[in-house]
Amino acid sequence: MQRVVFPNKILPYLLVAPQIVLTIVFFFWPASQALYQSVIREDPFGLKSGFVGFANFSAVLSEANYLNSLKVTVIFSVLTALLAMGVALLLATAADRVVRGKTFYRTLLIWPYAVAPAVAGMLWLFMFNPAMGTFAYMLRRNGFHWDPLLNGNHAMILIVVAAAWKQISYNFLFFVAGLQAIPKSLIEAAAIDGARGTRRFWTIIFPLLAPTTFFLLVVNTVYAFFDTFGIIHSVTGGGPARATETLVYKVYNDGFVNLNLGSSAAQSVILMAIVIGLTAFQFRFVEKRVHYG
Amino acid sequence: ATELQWWHAMTGANNEMIEELTKEFNESQSTYKVVPVFKGTYPETLNAGIAAFRSKQPPAIIQVFDAGSGTMMAAEGAIVPAAEILQKGGFTFDKSQYLPGIVAYYSKPDGTMLSFPYNSSSPILYYNKDAFQKAGLNVDNPPKTWPEVFEAAKKIKTSGAAPCGMTSTWLTWIQTENFAAWNNVPYGTNENGLGGTDVKLQINAPLYVEHFQAIADLAKDGAFRYGGRTSEAKQLFTSGECAILTESSGGLGDIAKSGVNYGIGQLPYYEGHGPQNTIPGGASLWVFAGKSDEEYKGVAEFFNFLSQTEIQAKLHQVSGYMPVTMAAYEETKKSGFYEKNPGRETPLLQMMGKAPTENSKGVRLVNLPQVRDILNEEFEAMLSGQQDAKTALDKAVERGNAAIAAAISN
Repeated sequence: MQRVVFPNKILPYLLVAPQIVLTIVFFFWPASQALYQSVIREDPFGLKSGFVGFANFSAVLSEANYLNSLKVTVIFSVLTALLAMGVALLLATAADRVVRGKTFYRTLLIWPYAVAPAVAGMLWLFMFNPAMGTFAYMLRRNGFHWDPLLNGNHAMILIVVAAAWKQISYNFLFFVAGLQAIPKSLIEAAAIDGARGTRRFWTIIFPLLAPTTFFLLVVNTVYAFFDTFGIIHSVTGGGPARATETLVYKVYNDGFVNLNLGSSAAQSVILMAIVIGLTAFQFRFVEKRVHYG
Repeated sequence: ATELQWWHAMTGANNEMIEELTKEFNESQSTYKVVPVFKGTYPETLNAGIAAFRSKQPPAIIQVFDAGSGTMMAAEGAIVPAAEILQKGGFTFDKSQYLPGIVAYYSKPDGTMLSFPYNSSSPILYYNKDAFQKAGLNVDNPPKTWPEVFEAAKKIKTSGAAPCGMTSTWLTWIQTENFAAWNNVPYGTNENGLGGTDVKLQINAPLYVEHFQAIADLAKDGAFRYGGRTSEAKQLFTSGECAILTESSGGLGDIAKSGVNYGIGQLPYYEGHGPQNTIPGGASLWVFAGKSDEEYKGVAEFFNFLSQTEIQAKLHQVSGYMPVTMAAYEETKKSGFYEKNPGRETPLLQMMGKAPTENSKGVRLVNLPQVRDILNEEFEAMLSGQQDAKTALDKAVERGNAAIAAAISN
């Protein structure tokens, strides 16, 4: 690689300064506050506080509810990522075949991405609310006992669908771009050799989409972990009986509803460690196995 | 003019009331200007206040909901008692002018009023008269005791008069906290927390088990439907789905607007236990420490303004919340308001019927919102059939006690 040399000594620093300032203000400073809060115990008003070492961490890790929310997070993330990516891939391959009105279909499919998480949550809640939802009414009419307020699985299904629905558009865009990047000649050659649609898809298209799929897997996991707070908050509030309480939701609930700042901060620190670990692992080991065309 | 910020959580008609009252106060004098600021839901408002206090920029007045009262009371040094504020402003605080049930709830054990009661409500029973008619129940005489309510709910369900017999908002506030007071059974030790912060819950006593097992059994047959942790179940009543509802008196506005042919009854009780008295819900106004004397004088002026009979009477008649002073109550009675609006006096009669006992002054825990969450989780697991009432309540007591112990050791 060619070495780039900047003749000006100050300008490069000035150019990166805004980014560095933003990182310090919005990441390093809050992160250091979380680290500090996680080793002290304090009343909500900050009138009395004391150093407790790792007591907050041991309390969190020995709490059954914490392990439960870890399990909930994993289930929720896997389901959301699978559903959002599966449907997006299906739509993208279908949109790829459309001859007339391509742009029109694509534009429509991108719309949901512009919807704020809390609004997306409310939309689905209105449709499936047991008291007044249209779909909830239809489900009950057909003898299905739909009750997300008491049935944890129903609540999980509801937030997974809402979270995935919002992310489909984003995935769709990338899959469409990925499909377009696949050389037509490869597919045509396979067709001449007698490979049918499904076989062409699994042996040529899907492997060549691997870089896109891998990228989306990372993005979707991070999305399910961190950006779905609004949906969970507006649809289930973590209930019923903690069936939809993810790690992030628990940080909020313990810190801002139960006013237990020490425990909440300790959980944020653990979450930070999980994310750092997850990202490092994915890029170091998983990415190596992906074939970039 | 000295500006006084008032952070609150009121929306809709209740927010309009706040705007109207502050405008009236600001126009009545020129030394102080009260500025109302909407801060979101009740818990969000409390959190905003706490965060502001931590960064040393608290508002002069903050509206805190019933369950947050214990949090504020435990924060000695962060707040100034309302009684003290009134004295600073040259007013005398006369306890006898206020409704005893409300003042007791917002006072220290020695009788010092800590916060100014602004909007207080009490749970009552609403019933759908059309559904009662169809089920062959007495339309003019709603069931009085819980066993009667459960029978009525079953009858409504089996006769097909409505898809669901009964529901309730706030299982915590209505079916446990008020249940304890109304039936004169302890919620926890130490006078339910009013005598001291070290509380052991007692909500797994036989009467609670009997009550919740009955609800769980009704839920199995669909005669009881669960609506959610706060006031969501109100929709089940206004949509005609459920024929009986226990809800706050503050919910009256929405129910009246829905067009359901409703009637009001008092909160049901158990024969041989109740009715004692109910405890107030709603919210009160707290004053933060660390403000100037000038600001405190202004707050005192404002509290004095709010205590005026005509203001209180208006607040009561328009919003459905209870008046805070005896004079406003008498005034409303004299005006013939209760004759024209039957049922509107029920929450007051419930609260004032008897002098409160140590079981019925209220429930105060430093972390009541957290304990309510624990109860809600166990109730949800119970209503979905995963556990019976005894198990749910035993677990709730065990987990609740652990949470209280952790909170007071902070």
